Amino acid sequence: MVAQNIAFGIISGIVVFSALRMVTTRNIVHSALFLVAVLAGLSGQYVLLAAEFVATTQVLVYIGAVMVLFLFGIMLTKAPIGKSMEMTGTQWPIAAGVALMLGAVILYSLIDQFGSDRLTEGGKIYRTADVGDEVFSTYIIPFEAISVLLLAALIGAIVLARKD
Amino acid sequence: MIELLALPYWQETSIKLGLALVVIPTTSLILVYLFLFKMMAFMQSRLGPNETGPYGSLQLIAEAIKFLQKEDINPAQADRRVFRLAPVVVLASTFLLYVVLPAGPDAVVQNLDTGVFYAMAVSSLSVLGILMAGWASANKYALLGGLRAAGQLIAYELPLILAVMGVVIQAETMNLQGIIEAQATGEIFGIGLIGNPFILTQFLAFLIFMIAAQAELTQTPFDMPVAETELVGGYHIEYTGFRFLLFFMAEFGTAFAFAALASVMFLGGWWIPGFDVDSNILNILGPGVMLGKILLVAFFIFWVRFTYPRLREDQLQKFAWKVLIPLALVNIVITGIFKVVF
Repeated sequence: MVAQNIAFGIISGIVVFSALRMVTTRNIVHSALFLVAVLAGLSGQYVLLAAEFVATTQVLVYIGAVMVLFLFGIMLTKAPIGKSMEMTGTQWPIAAGVALMLGAVILYSLIDQFGSDRLTEGGKIYRTADVGDEVFSTYIIPFEAISVLLLAALIGAIVLARKD
Repeated sequence: MIELLALPYWQETSIKLGLALVVIPTTSLILVYLFLFKMMAFMQSRLGPNETGPYGSLQLIAEAIKFLQKEDINPAQADRRVFRLAPVVVLASTFLLYVVLPAGPDAVVQNLDTGVFYAMAVSSLSVLGILMAGWASANKYALLGGLRAAGQLIAYELPLILAVMGVVIQAETMNLQGIIEAQATGEIFGIGLIGNPFILTQFLAFLIFMIAAQAELTQTPFDMPVAETELVGGYHIEYTGFRFLLFFMAEFGTAFAFAALASVMFLGGWWIPGFDVDSNILNILGPGVMLGKILLVAFFIFWVRFTYPRLREDQLQKFAWKVLIPLALVNIVITGIFKVVF
């Protein structure tokens, strides 16, 4: 497990650095690109946790689709090269406080719930087929609820975008 | 499967990675020479390169040296770091694709469980590099090209993935080796002589996959992002020397990888009729069979490229959203019904 721990440390460092740069950089496209680095790093962490399907989905959905749409939208509207001063608003201390509090809450609940759990070497690796079986048996109701929610959002987007 | 080389994981992986690093540029060289130089010239009643080496086969070395000699120019207004990083991101996406491409029962860098899903995911990373290149060049033609590329790649990624789903449903696995095995052990009306290449049962998916791949590779008739008569050269307008070479290599390397994916999913991959799926001899014969199939698929890609004129931007979007995606969904439904009934 030593190699995994070293890799975990390196990737965590990259993720934390990118996350900090994302909120401190003065260029909106750089900010989006740092977010890509954060998401890619998280995908790497999923691989280390033997969650291959989740890692791949993270790359496909967040980097390949969401971030590309973000960048597409930014570049279609206003994306000057170089530094722009209005990137950091006057309310940033409040935002930082909220972020810190949220981080503390998540950290506390995670440590409280899973703090003593240890990953065992050679434990069960969830393959894609297992994930599919779980989703369509144990978690069928949340899955269907999310499906309906997404469908509603989809129809709502079409209704909003229609001109007539 | 006999363990011929019982090496530790890291040694095995470094050997495989080293091999992949040699294979990827070679594959794009093969495609450029065979199709872009020779076939294009033949179809246009030209001679093509014929002076350097036998049949002009060393022309590519001369081209590579030419590109390496050129000055590496950064536009004064450009965002320097993003501008330099963009071609690397595009090429990285191509390199990641080769990780899962199998050339034999054991001849694969890493036999990932999510196989084809992983391939779709990493191939979508190239859009990111193209957007970066378009924006960072500080050139309105480049930006337009980048935006066109992003719109097109998003639109055609959906039919690509949906077409693949038909194959995945029929093979009951996303693993590329598993898909080949499903085809090798399949039977057509009870006869298992040539297995069951999915091009027979999934012909609609094959057509959708090839059309969408053509658009993903931005080959004509889907080459609006680089349309030289409208945008001068699109997102790589400001790139010179070896950075342009990186884009060029990524384009043809990705074409090769997509041809390989098509031959794995629809043409049976490295399997040869009459052999066991896991017989060791296929590790030696398999790469040759794969190469033959890949060149066949690539031939169709480039045949279309040299034949058709460019589509208009709105025609391209309409074609993806109103024709390809509904057809792909219908294919999934039909495949699902057949899977449950039979």
